[in-house]
Order: sequence, then structure tokens, then C-alpha cells
Amino acid sequence: MKDQQIEERAVTAHTPRITARKVNVHYGTSHALKDVDVDILANTVTAFIGPSGCGKSTFLRCLNRMNDTVASAKVTGEILLDGENIYDPRVDPVRLRAKVGMVFQKPNPFPKSIYDNVAYGPKIHGLTRNKAELDEVVESCLRKAALWNEVKDRLDAPGTGLSGGQQQRLCIARAVATAPEVLLMDEPCSALDPIATAQVEELIDELRSQFSVVIVTHSMQQAARVSQKTAFFHLGNLVEFGKTEDLFTNPKDPRTESYITGRIG
Amino acid sequence: MSVLLLLAIILALSGLAFILGRARSISKVSGNIRDLHSLPGYYGWHTALTVLFPSIVVLVLWLVIQPMVLSNGAAKFFPEATRADSVALTLALDDARRVSRGLDAMIANGSKSEAEIAALDTATTDVRALLAEVNVALGSDVSAESLDAAKYMRAASHSGGFWMALAVMAVAGVGLIFGLSQVHPEFRARNRVEKAVLGLLILASSIAILTTVGIVWSMLSESISFFKMYPAGEFFFGLTWSPNFSGGSTLGFLPLLWGTLYITFVAIIVAVPLGLFTAIYLAEYASPKLRSWIKPLIEIIAGIPTVVFGLFALVTVGPILRDYFAQPLGLGTSGSSVMTAGIVIGILNIPFISSLADDIINSVPQSLRDGSFGLGATRSETVRQVILPAALPGIVGAVLLATSRAIGETMIVTMGAGAAAKLSLNPFEAMTTMTVKIVGQLTGDTDFASPETLVAFALGITLFVLTLGLNILALYIVRKYREQYE
Repeated sequence: MKDQQIEERAVTAHTPRITARKVNVHYGTSHALKDVDVDILANTVTAFIGPSGCGKSTFLRCLNRMNDTVASAKVTGEILLDGENIYDPRVDPVRLRAKVGMVFQKPNPFPKSIYDNVAYGPKIHGLTRNKAELDEVVESCLRKAALWNEVKDRLDAPGTGLSGGQQQRLCIARAVATAPEVLLMDEPCSALDPIATAQVEELIDELRSQFSVVIVTHSMQQAARVSQKTAFFHLGNLVEFGKTEDLFTNPKDPRTESYITGRIG
Repeated sequence: MSVLLLLAIILALSGLAFILGRARSISKVSGNIRDLHSLPGYYGWHTALTVLFPSIVVLVLWLVIQPMVLSNGAAKFFPEATRADSVALTLALDDARRVSRGLDAMIANGSKSEAEIAALDTATTDVRALLAEVNVALGSDVSAESLDAAKYMRAASHSGGFWMALAVMAVAGVGLIFGLSQVHPEFRARNRVEKAVLGLLILASSIAILTTVGIVWSMLSESISFFKMYPAGEFFFGLTWSPNFSGGSTLGFLPLLWGTLYITFVAIIVAVPLGLFTAIYLAEYASPKLRSWIKPLIEIIAGIPTVVFGLFALVTVGPILRDYFAQPLGLGTSGSSVMTAGIVIGILNIPFISSLADDIINSVPQSLRDGSFGLGATRSETVRQVILPAALPGIVGAVLLATSRAIGETMIVTMGAGAAAKLSLNPFEAMTTMTVKIVGQLTGDTDFASPETLVAFALGITLFVLTLGLNILALYIVRKYREQYE
């Protein structure tokens, strides 16, 4: 069983979904991200760690062009999703975001019912043909988000009425329902208690079988628990990027070592 | 001594009390402020309040009670027959009061001395002519009783004023001494002062409520006297409105209600989409720079007086609607119509709705927009499916407020829709509203004992109930959606 898993990982490890080369981000006059090169592999959880303000969230938001909504942000460099440059003028950011879903730091369910929250993506992208199909998608996504058993009797209740952990899992279900290829998660557990965090982490591990997951986290333990690849950012630079176990047990850069041993950050 | 001067003295005294109280608290702990329960300023405020509050209360009470006492005293000068009839007595007392003011004026301009005033006699002098010289006009010659009463009033109010000043100042002085005696380190001056401020806040908020109660009460009492003269059933269900000041009017309220609702409906149909679209553009699409130009420009409309809008309706909108819509469609030849007034009121309400809705849309958290964009939704999908539902309670509130304003609008209706009360479905026909008729029934010579005048109050209270109902509905809707979304 274990051998099989390793074999699987070895096979998929060579198919990068997202390739970022020489990515620079400027917010007005401040240089937030400097020459970042990262490969996001298929069916892998990639963690971005680093102290506050190091650029890890900025880079994450580059991957689905959420920085477009910030007027002062300027992105240069090349980010390829399945070989296509996402900053090409011909690429519609709306379609890109359907392929690269995002879960935010603070749970942000829409002021709609639980059902409508999950059905939002499939509806706007026309992913289902009829109500029965939509019902099926909603149920399977809520199941994937480990929320189905808690909410199956009150799908019409407002999503905002759930607890913090449930809300975040609802947001994950909502993102999964759009059937993305890559799922970006910006500190998804920072507003959650340890039990809810454990549920979400378990969920991330399950999601790996279908998507590439990129997770920004402040918790190095979390990065070690859920990810296969880890990138360490510091002051806008990508300091080190490699297999999670290598980065945590045998860091090459002295800054990485200082950070993971708690001396900086 | 004038009341104004007295007030100034009290204020000066409480200022002094503040300084003394503050200084005394500091000296009590020999400069070591940390031993005081409250900051020295609070002791100062407390002492100032012990001066200000009781003396103001005494002043106000005195000002209320003195005229009553004076009227009672002056009434004794009139014969029994006058006193028995309350209306005659009021008139007689009013005359006496005017005469006494005239006597004061004579002293003031130096034409008569105190002694000459005391010796005045209606039998030997023409008092009415004398009073006319100091611009006090009377309806008839001054009677002996009236002059006596006036002399009594003068004397009594002068001595009353003197005693009032004395009493107020005595209370202020006692308050100062009491306040200062209270100052010691354990005294909780801060709590007392904060309680006084709390009282002030409650007073301020209750004045608005009391005013509403007062408005309802005054309208209710006049309406009741209207319904005593005119059957309520005919008023509420009558289909004809034709007031006739020489009597025999038909005062059916339904044509007015219909006109009001019809014009309001047209206004809302115009204002809501335009205002809402403006708000969505401003909040979600316009660049910040453009927004900082457009928003104030739109809000200029809100600053234009409604009379000017009425002129616009009268000379521009009315003729255009008549020439290009009503006449070609064969719907009438009237420039003033429901459409004219409704459209112009709608335009008037655009900035009102757009401004409120813009603020509400802006207050929808950015995280909801991010969430929607993050799922690959377009701007328009986000607005329609996430922002507007989240902002709905506030938008409904804004729309209902605008409705209340449209219902209450008078000037534009007068100039744009005419004054003919009609029950008709044709929007190009002249109609009128309740507010216009309220003004109409109360302008000119009015006789407050005829139903033609008093009907204005019945209309007023109906209008009040109508807008109150709308506001309650607004609150209900807002609360319902709040429960659902938060």
C-alpha cells in the first residue's frame, strides 16, 4: 500500500500544472516580489511559508490574477498554466479563475442559503444541465468538504449561520464545486480552532487526488503535515523551494534554517 | 431685570462655580490629584451643575406660573358676566395685556411718567389714542376695568420679575455653597456628572418623540371635531371631492388617495431603477477619480429647491409629455398630469436613492467580492448575485424612505399635476394629492369651525398613518432580511 503511494507520487511529480518564471510584483513603488520561479505540480500540495509581509500571499494571488482587482499592483514575468501564459492579453481572467479556484483566509460565505453557496459556481459557469444534476454536484462537494452530514437537513439555512469551521469548509465546497484544476488556499485555517483545522487539513489531503493545491500558511507544522512541496519566502524573495521533508530536515539556505528553528520571523 | 440678563448671570455664576469647585478639590488633597476619586475637572463640573440646574428649573417654573397667576389676579377686575364666559374672559385679558404693554412703551419713550400712568383715567383721557401713538392698536375703546386690570398686570409683573430674579439668584447661590460643600476626595463627582450628561442625552432624544406625540395629538383633536361635523364613512369612502366654502361640500377622500398613490407609483418607477443603476455604477464600476466627480454632481440635484423642480415640470416636462405623448396617443390635452409630476418627483429622488444605495453597496465587505471573483464570476454576476442580495435590506429601506418623500411632496404636484381631484386611470390627466389639498384648504380666509377647513387635519392624520405604515413595513422587511443574512 505504502509502496503504491510512493510510486503514484513519483509518476505525477513530473507534470507541472503551473510554471512561474521571473515573477515580479510592484505595489506602487514597493517591490513586493522579486524574481520568483516556482513549479506547481499536479496532484501535489504545495505550501508557501514565510514571515508576514514576505510576499507569499501576493504570489498566491498572482496565480489566479486576483491582483487585478488591486489597482496599484503591477505583475511582470511569466506564469504558465498548462503551458498557456495567464497574463496574456487574450486570457480572460474570469475564465482563468474558474480553473484556478481560491479559498480565503477569513471564511466568506455569501449571504445565501448553504445550497446556493455551493451551487453558485456551477450555476454561473453552466456546469450542470438540470436541477437533479446540480443537486448531485452540491451533495458531492459538501461530502468532499466533510460538511454534508452536518448540513444535509438544513440546506436552505443561510450559510452565514454556520460556525467558523463549518463556514470555511462551506467555502472549500464552494470552490471545489466550480471544478477547478488548481485550488489556492490563503491561510485557510488561521480563523479556525484546532479541531476545525484538523478537519480542513484532512480535507486538503483528500483534495490532492483531484487537484493541485497551493496553501499559504503561517504554521510550519501545518506545512509539514499537509504538503509534499514547500516554498520559503523571505522579504519578497523565494529563498528555498523543494520537497517538504528535505526543506524541514535539511534546509540548504541559512535563512530557511533560522526561520524553521524559530530564530527569525 | 430681563430674563436674558438673568440667564447670563446664572451662566457666569456656574462658570465661577466650575473654577471654585475645581480649585477646591485640588486644595483638599494639597495638589496630589491622585488622591481624588475623580479628575479635578469633574468636581468643577459638578459644582457648576449644582448652580445651573436648580436655578434654571426655578426660572422656567416661574416663567410658566407667573402669567397664570397674573391672569387670575387681573380677572377680578372684570364683571361676573365676563368671567363666566371663558372666551370673553380670554379676549378681555388679551386686551388688558396689550394695554399694559402699551403703558410700558409709553414709559420707555418718555411720553408719560410713572405718576401720570397711575393717574390715567378712561373718563378723562382717550387711552386708545394714546396707545395708538406707541403703535398698540386696539379693536375698541379701553374700558375702565381693562385699564385697571392693565395697571395691575404692569405692577404685578414688575414685582414678579424682581422676585423672580431674587429667587433664581438665591437658588443659584445656595447651589454654589452646596456644591462646594460636597467637594471632598471620596466624593464620586465623575459618576454624578456622567449621570447628568446621560440625563441630557435622554432629554434630547425624548424631545423628538414628544414632538411627534404633540403633532399627532393636535391633528387628532382637530380631526375629531371634523368627524363630528362630517360623517367619517363619506370621507373615507366618498368618490367625489368638491369642497364648497359656502357649505354643502362633498369631501370624499378616495380621489386624493388615488392621486397620491398614482403619482408616487410613477415617481418610484422612475427613481428606483435610475437611482439603483447609478449607485451600482458608482460603487462597482466607476474609477475612484470619476466617482469623486460624479457623486457630488448627482447630489446637486438634491440641493435644488422643489419649487424650481415644479417650474421645470410646468414649463418643460409637462408640455413635452403633452405634445409628444398625450396628444398623439389621444390621451388628453393637459400639460399638468400624473406623469409630469411623477417623473419630476422621480428625478428629484434619484440622488436620494443613489446616494443611500451607493453607501450601502460600499459597505458590503470586500471579502464577498473576492470570494465571488475567486470563483470565476464576472463583475456583473457578482453584483447581481452577491452584492445586491447582501445590500437588499438597506436598499429596501432607502426605497421606502424615497416613497415617503414622494408621498409628502407638495410643490411639484401643485405645479405639475394641477389641483383637480379626479379618479382616473389615464396617467396623462391632471390629478392631485392629499398634501396639495391640505395646503389648498388652509390657505386664504379660513374658518376653523367649518368642515372645509378642518378636513385638512383629517387628511393630515391619514397621510401620517400612511407614511407611518410604510416606515413600519420598511422596518419589518429590513429586520426579516437581517435575520436571514447575518
